[in-house]
Amino acid sequence: MSNVPAVVGTERVKRGMAEMLKGGVIMDVVNVEQAKIAEDAGAVAVMALERVPADIRAEGGVSRMSDPDMIDAIVAAVSIPVMAKARIGHFAEAQILQSLGVDYVDESEVLSPADYANHIDKWQFTVPFVCGATNLGEALRRLTEGAAMIRSKGEAGTGDVSNAVTHMRKILGQIRALTSMSKDELYVAAKELQAPYDLVKEVADAGRLPVVLFTAGGIATPADAALMMQLGADGVFVGSGIFKSGDPAKRADAIVQATMHFDSPDVVAKVSRGLGEAMVGINVADIPVHHRLEDRGW
Amino acid sequence: MTTPPRIGVLALQGDVREHESALSAVGADVVRVRSTEQLALVDGLVIPGGESTTMSKLALSTGLLEPLREARRSGMPMYGSCAGMIMLADRVTDARPDQETIGGLDITVRRNAFGRQVDSFETDIGIAGVGPDPVHAVFIRAPWVESAGPEVEVLGTIESGDDAGTIVAVRQGQLLATSFHPELTGDHRIHRMFVEIVRRSR
Repeated sequence: MSNVPAVVGTERVKRGMAEMLKGGVIMDVVNVEQAKIAEDAGAVAVMALERVPADIRAEGGVSRMSDPDMIDAIVAAVSIPVMAKARIGHFAEAQILQSLGVDYVDESEVLSPADYANHIDKWQFTVPFVCGATNLGEALRRLTEGAAMIRSKGEAGTGDVSNAVTHMRKILGQIRALTSMSKDELYVAAKELQAPYDLVKEVADAGRLPVVLFTAGGIATPADAALMMQLGADGVFVGSGIFKSGDPAKRADAIVQATMHFDSPDVVAKVSRGLGEAMVGINVADIPVHHRLEDRGW
Repeated sequence: MTTPPRIGVLALQGDVREHESALSAVGADVVRVRSTEQLALVDGLVIPGGESTTMSKLALSTGLLEPLREARRSGMPMYGSCAGMIMLADRVTDARPDQETIGGLDITVRRNAFGRQVDSFETDIGIAGVGPDPVHAVFIRAPWVESAGPEVEVLGTIESGDDAGTIVAVRQGQLLATSFHPELTGDHRIHRMFVEIVRRSR
């Protein structure tokens, strides 16, 4: 008989939770009906938020954590994990989300930042956090602050996958570069990445991040999902791409299938048929730089 | 010199890579299983941790569910951790009414029985058949075994606290299941136990 007490909120249970989501699709939902469609389609989790990124982009204004009533309703409606977004640096919103019992908090650039210098000290929480990153240095800084999962940022609300590709290639390319460096070069790499040496060394030795790396921001079609998985994503976040399209239930199902069968073009071709209209896209290049979400977070 | 057993990891969704590493470390020849053809090539199958709702749906939509049931009925050894335990259970509570399982273990499991992610935890547990040292067990939105039939051997229970006595590891013939994730800890004794079950079944 051992007398080791049960310990909650450890790094292992936080990171492990994300491991269980691998190969899956996490879908943005704004109400119970959408959450049920996502669950029916085989989503591994839903992300509860007030407005999908395409609407945030169209309507402007300050964008915040969701209404607790809405989050409660979604938590009650589905059996899969529920994630929710807090503003960058807004630890009080994160405290509320933890008290509501959400399974993961996304400290997200899609919402209006609350703090332009500091991110949330995520070690203070029992609930795990996912954070966005555009490059390896940013990912490692988020891990240093306690994030247990990373997603490449892309450019949310556009339906343009190009930034998701850029960020995923950047992060994985920088990891590959680390693996070929000698020990003395890693000191310089840590300086240039603006990340702690020990973490840089750990990534160099393992050849990957110590946490799960999903992709996000602009994934709108089954082919987009298959592309990102082949580039090395562990799984996919889809924001506006599903519920801003012509036939959300069918598209949700198709993106789930394409994510699982990402290396089988025949399957991806099959599920890509008859999906109706994709979301209306915006080319990232047409968005003024100061309206781009990827630059939020540092 | 015998050839190592070939063990598949069901790769619909979940922590496939961690199970592959653990199985390789104890000498199995490991392959991913995502089709009926791949299933036919393995001597045993691990069903990883993941989202059981999703895994069940994908097993159905890929047409793998019936071949998995058939393989299990014809005696293929299977081991499931967490979501995998749910997939091997004959009865599931707190799940969607349409959740399908492979079945075979005469147990009733309760999904997310310990609570939500903020309640996920680590603790030490003695497991029958792996030696005297406790296994460090990681529970993530984990199920527990609410009741087990007479043929089911209970291998481990929660040892202290409010949930003391709760069944979290079971074996019935060729089928093994744990509520927790030994693939996340680097302690491969449970995977070794499964590889032995597969070895003896050949």
